[in-house]
Amino acid sequence: MRLAGAGGADRAENRRPPLMALTCAGDRPYIAANASREPDRVAFDPTRAAIRFGTGLSPRLPAPDSTAAMLAELLAPDEMARRHPIPAFAAARPGLAEWRAAQRAFRQGRGKPGEAAARGAYDALRRDAAALGRRGFMASLARGIEAPQGGLRERLSWFWADHFTVRSRQPATRHLVTPYVEEAIRPHVSGRFETMLIAVTTHPMMLGYLDQSGSVGPGSKAAQPGDGLNENLARELLELHTVGVGGPYAQADVRELAELLTGLGAGPRGMRYRRDRAEPGAETVLGTRFDAAPRLGTIHDALRMLARHPATAAHLARKIAVHFVADDPDPALVAALEAAWRDSDGDLGVVTGALLAHPAAWSSAPGKVKPPFDFVVSGLRALGLPSAALRADRPRWMNRVLRAPLERMGQGWEQPPGPDGWPETAAAWITPPGMAGRIDWAMTAPEALMDRLPDPRDFARAALGETLPEPVAFAARAAESRAEAIGVVLSAPAFQRR
Amino acid sequence: MTGIDRRGVLRGGLALGCSAAASPLMTPVAFARAPWDNRLVVIVLRGAMDGIDAIRPVGDPAYAALRPTLLRGGAATGPGFFALHPALDRLGPMWARGEFGAVHAVSTPYRDKRSHFDGQDILEAGLPGLGGGTDGWLNRMLQAVPGLGGETAYAVGRERMLILSGTATVQRWSPEARMRLTPQGRRLLELVTHDDPLFRDATARAADLVEVLARETETDGPAMQGARRVDDHVQLAQFAAARLRGDTRIASFSINGWDTHDRQAADLSKALERLADTLLALESGLGAAWGKTAVLCVTEFGRTARENGTGGTDHGTGGAMLFAGGALRGGRVLGDWPGLSEADLYDRRDLMPTRDVRAHAGWVMRGLFGLERGVIEGSVFPGLDMGGDPGLVA
Repeated sequence: MRLAGAGGADRAENRRPPLMALTCAGDRPYIAANASREPDRVAFDPTRAAIRFGTGLSPRLPAPDSTAAMLAELLAPDEMARRHPIPAFAAARPGLAEWRAAQRAFRQGRGKPGEAAARGAYDALRRDAAALGRRGFMASLARGIEAPQGGLRERLSWFWADHFTVRSRQPATRHLVTPYVEEAIRPHVSGRFETMLIAVTTHPMMLGYLDQSGSVGPGSKAAQPGDGLNENLARELLELHTVGVGGPYAQADVRELAELLTGLGAGPRGMRYRRDRAEPGAETVLGTRFDAAPRLGTIHDALRMLARHPATAAHLARKIAVHFVADDPDPALVAALEAAWRDSDGDLGVVTGALLAHPAAWSSAPGKVKPPFDFVVSGLRALGLPSAALRADRPRWMNRVLRAPLERMGQGWEQPPGPDGWPETAAAWITPPGMAGRIDWAMTAPEALMDRLPDPRDFARAALGETLPEPVAFAARAAESRAEAIGVVLSAPAFQRR
Repeated sequence: MTGIDRRGVLRGGLALGCSAAASPLMTPVAFARAPWDNRLVVIVLRGAMDGIDAIRPVGDPAYAALRPTLLRGGAATGPGFFALHPALDRLGPMWARGEFGAVHAVSTPYRDKRSHFDGQDILEAGLPGLGGGTDGWLNRMLQAVPGLGGETAYAVGRERMLILSGTATVQRWSPEARMRLTPQGRRLLELVTHDDPLFRDATARAADLVEVLARETETDGPAMQGARRVDDHVQLAQFAAARLRGDTRIASFSINGWDTHDRQAADLSKALERLADTLLALESGLGAAWGKTAVLCVTEFGRTARENGTGGTDHGTGGAMLFAGGALRGGRVLGDWPGLSEADLYDRRDLMPTRDVRAHAGWVMRGLFGLERGVIEGSVFPGLDMGGDPGLVA
């Protein structure tokens, strides 16, 4: 990753008191070297940094020091992954092959000697899978609660995991969504977009979710009567993952890309490239002609072309600005992100640097609504909940206090509505039942999670810092009980928006 | 502290009165009623109900050989060529009154891929294939009727109902949604959301609904107040019925648990019993309005004609639509039965669909709401040919 003109000086700059910083903004000799990249040295604000670009304020952790420190954290070893481990997909147990084997043994053993043992083994495997799923959920929460420098790495992981949404379509992979994110998304959030795109597109979870495994070139050696193309992955690659629905593609490009992708598929043991399923002939996608030889490398070439396409830069620049800053972001911010993307060939570290460097990323009023999961994480972080309180070995309790409430708020864990991920607009979340879910959780969950609730007045300051509005401060004093006071603070738009 | 006085808030929030006035349930003039008195409930049976097992074609000579184990446990007590699954026995009286029936050998236009997700999307979008848009056919029906009140349609439950998604206003509530709130808590929420209309209105509406529902529970008598936990599907039905007794005319929710790949005898019985509970709860909840109500129970596709090796059935094509309500003419199985001999099956494996299920839904809307045929074929189900009137509406 190249940092966008940032350096040690940025940190020093931000240590100055705000007034000094303002004065320094006019300090031409100092600023000149970086002026075109970072006109915003004054814009950085630790509270806004933690709330808007991170997982929120915490009474246990300092707010970010500077944009440079936030970006440097992305390059440092992944402390949260070390402290709250989630296995990569390839290492997650039980894997799909083990599940299939146990299921087969159980089904074939029905009514035969050894039936009980086969059923017992299958049940044990399913319990292990469920336990791994619970640990993945709790580790995801714990990382958000304890993340350093505001939690930017968590937010980027969530953003890209949503961009490359998968949903398990069978019980055998339900516990493998978190490991998919750990393997294909998280290591690449400050790397090159094309690396992530290739990791995701060739991943068994994506191949299964978007039906690629069933796609057979109709003219291929392996084609049987009734076999054919499945265009799902090709369509979503263009429409959602790269150039976007407004991008310069037509149905012919979808079909050509679907033909190009034939051969790519997944079996119980992972991704498989089957040359005998590949449609013969060369394909042309978005005007680029690809090698006729059936090989995985051609697919990688096509994904690289899509990753570097200018329409991809434009599509994703806007999507990042919409997600992190405003439903209707400043065009200058979008343009800056697009330029950073194009100039760096999609280096996500550079793009993130450009986001944090732009004044418009800091100046607009908090308009975005936290999705339910982000709300819950930021609430627990503001409460100073120790991550040890998140007990993955108590499934019913976990469901009652966390999972069922998330569903009531409209965001069941790892149950996105479609390949386009969760909604982005405030109005999509703040519906009457969605709001009831947020309020009910806010009023009841902290008490269920903590032995002793903090003083609500301290909590309000810890949660909102200097942005604490007077009515919220008043409510924190006027409520009948600690639980109600904390519930009102958590429910307030001042906490719900970022 | 400026402009906020603790006693003012405690007195009942005089300073906050404007937010209460903005609350929809407190401003009755804000919503006109729908121009009709009939009600339509669409229940989406997610997971693909086995129509052949629910409404059994016992008169078909090929049936018994296709379903060697699934036949067990139920005598043919039903109407002639077809028999009801024994788990539907409790709906026998409703059937006898002509308020419960079925249409057999129907499907959406979806073929061959047999994916639940795609099948449900096509069922709810009401379109010939995927990718045609993101709104549902019930919402497009609402769009076709100008000036409908905001309470006209309800999507019930926490599941997103694509069938009701779209630009027309639809209310959403989930009976399991909870909001335990003291009066002081509510006043403080009004205070902190006061300057943010999105939060203020959603909070006020949620609080109003919770209060209305609490009153309903109190007045619904001892039957509903028993200590026994009410099942989710019955809660959905009770909630929908309560809305439909008021200004609501359209409601939709889903019942899951139909994907019976193995041990179907047990699992389908449970699902059908849930459906029977649901229809009975709608009937009793609607009271006199049941006579003006049509309930359509639709599913994404049927299941294989043959049993599989694990006492279940796999994803198929043609299936059945169940219907109920005093506004419909039940007590019979409608449809053009294609037969179950191998040559009659779709792809030599599934019940052959002989009619598009959208045609039946279209004729029900025409009968209940007087929608023009051109509107149904042009915008509710674009491109559909409704064909002849199957005579579902009483």
